Amino acid sequence: MSSLISIRNLTASVEGKEILKGLNLDIGPGEIHAIMGPNGSGKSTLSNVLAGRENYQVTGGEVLFEGRDLLALAPEERAREGIFLAFQYPVEIPGVSNVYLLKAAVNALRKHRGLPELDAMDFLTLVKQKMKSVEMNPEFLHRSVNEGFSGGEKKRNEILQMTLLEPKFAILDETDSGLDIDALKIVADGVNRLRNPERSMLVITHYQRLLDYIVPDYVHVLSGGRIVKSGGKELALELEERGYGWLETQPRAAAGRPA
Amino acid sequence: MNPALDRYLATGAALAARLPGSGLPWVRDWRERARRRLGELGLPTHRHEAWKYTSLAALEKQNFEPLASPGTVNDVAAWQLPGGAHRLVLVDGHFVPGLSDLGRLPPRSVVKSFADALAQVPYLLENVLGEGEEPDALAALNAALATDGVFIDLGDGVVVEQPIHVLYLSTAAGSMSTSRSLMLVGAGASATVVEEHLGLTAEAYFVNVRSEVRLAREARFEHLRLQREGTKAQHLGALRVRQAAGSQLISQAVAMGALVSRQDIATHFAEPDCQARLNGLYVLGGRQHADHYTTIEHASPRGTSRELYHGILDGHSRGVFTGRVLVAPHAVGTDAAQANHNLLLSREAEVDTRPQLEIYADDVKCSHGATVGQIDENMLFYLRSRGVGLDLARNLLLHGFAREVLEKIGVASVRERLEQLLIERLPEHENLEGIL
Repeated sequence: MSSLISIRNLTASVEGKEILKGLNLDIGPGEIHAIMGPNGSGKSTLSNVLAGRENYQVTGGEVLFEGRDLLALAPEERAREGIFLAFQYPVEIPGVSNVYLLKAAVNALRKHRGLPELDAMDFLTLVKQKMKSVEMNPEFLHRSVNEGFSGGEKKRNEILQMTLLEPKFAILDETDSGLDIDALKIVADGVNRLRNPERSMLVITHYQRLLDYIVPDYVHVLSGGRIVKSGGKELALELEERGYGWLETQPRAAAGRPA
Repeated sequence: MNPALDRYLATGAALAARLPGSGLPWVRDWRERARRRLGELGLPTHRHEAWKYTSLAALEKQNFEPLASPGTVNDVAAWQLPGGAHRLVLVDGHFVPGLSDLGRLPPRSVVKSFADALAQVPYLLENVLGEGEEPDALAALNAALATDGVFIDLGDGVVVEQPIHVLYLSTAAGSMSTSRSLMLVGAGASATVVEEHLGLTAEAYFVNVRSEVRLAREARFEHLRLQREGTKAQHLGALRVRQAAGSQLISQAVAMGALVSRQDIATHFAEPDCQARLNGLYVLGGRQHADHYTTIEHASPRGTSRELYHGILDGHSRGVFTGRVLVAPHAVGTDAAQANHNLLLSREAEVDTRPQLEIYADDVKCSHGATVGQIDENMLFYLRSRGVGLDLARNLLLHGFAREVLEKIGVASVRERLEQLLIERLPEHENLEGIL
């Protein structure tokens, strides 16, 4: 099966410091991959590089998305092609209504796909239906983006956006951080509803807990800027038990899906 | 001696016999004292701390002259407030009844031109206008030359539901329009006054406008100054308020026009439990210069003040913000917070922001914060990561930044008008269509 996204020998640095040191990963359509690893291993760098944040410099390697060079695209072009990053720390944007952001995003995507813009009524109907699915009060539409939201509300807002934008490839960056168990379930339910045979996901997490709710097909361990071990979902349980220390001394593992 | 100062003094002296109220000895005396005071003080220069960043050189270089009668304006339909208003129109410093529409005002309220008030009810003005000296040189210049203005007197408990919309139009190159207004708000009374300034000429002219406000106990007053002068205009505006116990002031100052503008906004808490909210927005480009100089005097216990000013600066424009907060020794329980944030859209734009807190009391809460910077990269990336293009993302953020101030404006028609004007000033603003 051909990959939806293929990361080849990727190296990247932040403020002159090399963080990713030759990362390889292939994700096929419909697959859910989890990346786990200790703090500072490069998990967030990977998600930011894939989404196109400018202060992350790619110094080598390539990323192919549906066979095309992803790294050549601006962040908005990546989003329109179907990449979505659910942020670890969604930024607060005072003065910009959630509804403005959602409308701008949905319209940009529809335009890119050659579809007509939704009129105000159709848009509102669609948004309210999606909000219900992540148990968000419609009043959040008219509040400024993430401003004054609790941790759980911010993450639900991320999943709402993802639900509306229907990406081909979603990156969930520590989506479980700062969530209590009820909020975690709501978020995980939202994510699971989006699972389908075409849509792939990369779930980045520090803890095994999230993977009880979003069950991955593959688990990879990122350490020192490389994937040092890959396995099935049972690897997460093993990591929970044994920690990361035993892996950091192992030789570099073959990357991507296990053969 | 300063030739420009002499010129303005001479104009004031020559006009004195024709200015409104000249038949009243106390008005003649008021103007004469103002001319004397102006002569003593002189026009402010960079050497004055309060005028460190703003130059009045244009007033010295060019001889701006008052017009004996208003220029021709056929109708003001384009500037009417859609939700309805009590409208007074001043053209080139003269009240024009034919363009005004006071509508139906509640009993025990007086709303008329300053000249009519001096002619018809001078006793209502004498105590306030006649008292003390004008506080500074520009107030004195204003008193010496004011051809008209607005007079508002609301009895105790009078509530004026619709805004009082004062439209100031300037039609002539080289003109000087000087307006003095007096607004007296009775105990428990409530009103909103929108002073809007427009230029109908692309050439240089000079507007000097000043409003004195007295709020009685528990009065509630919202004042808006919408400065949309022509691009070569010089605009000097002032609002000075004196608040009695438990009164509330909301001041909103929006500056989008003029080449050089200065807004002096000051309130004095004369009695306990006063509240004041001072909000402002300046959106500048080209070589525009806007200076907002605000003063809140916490002279009594338990006063609360909140101040929020935002600036968006493009081109070679320059913004100046001063936030003075004075807390007197006996003003215990004072709660004051102030913030001024600025976005610079070009390398050449510049902002000077200075909080000036003078606190002589214990048991007070005072805070201030100021920022000057570019559009936030994290916010920009967040929007772009959702597929929103760079230009639209920037416009959404600029609009949002301005809206943080504009959303505090209580009058919906004014808020919507300003939002529209703001949008029209954003680059490639067509991209916001269908979204906002």
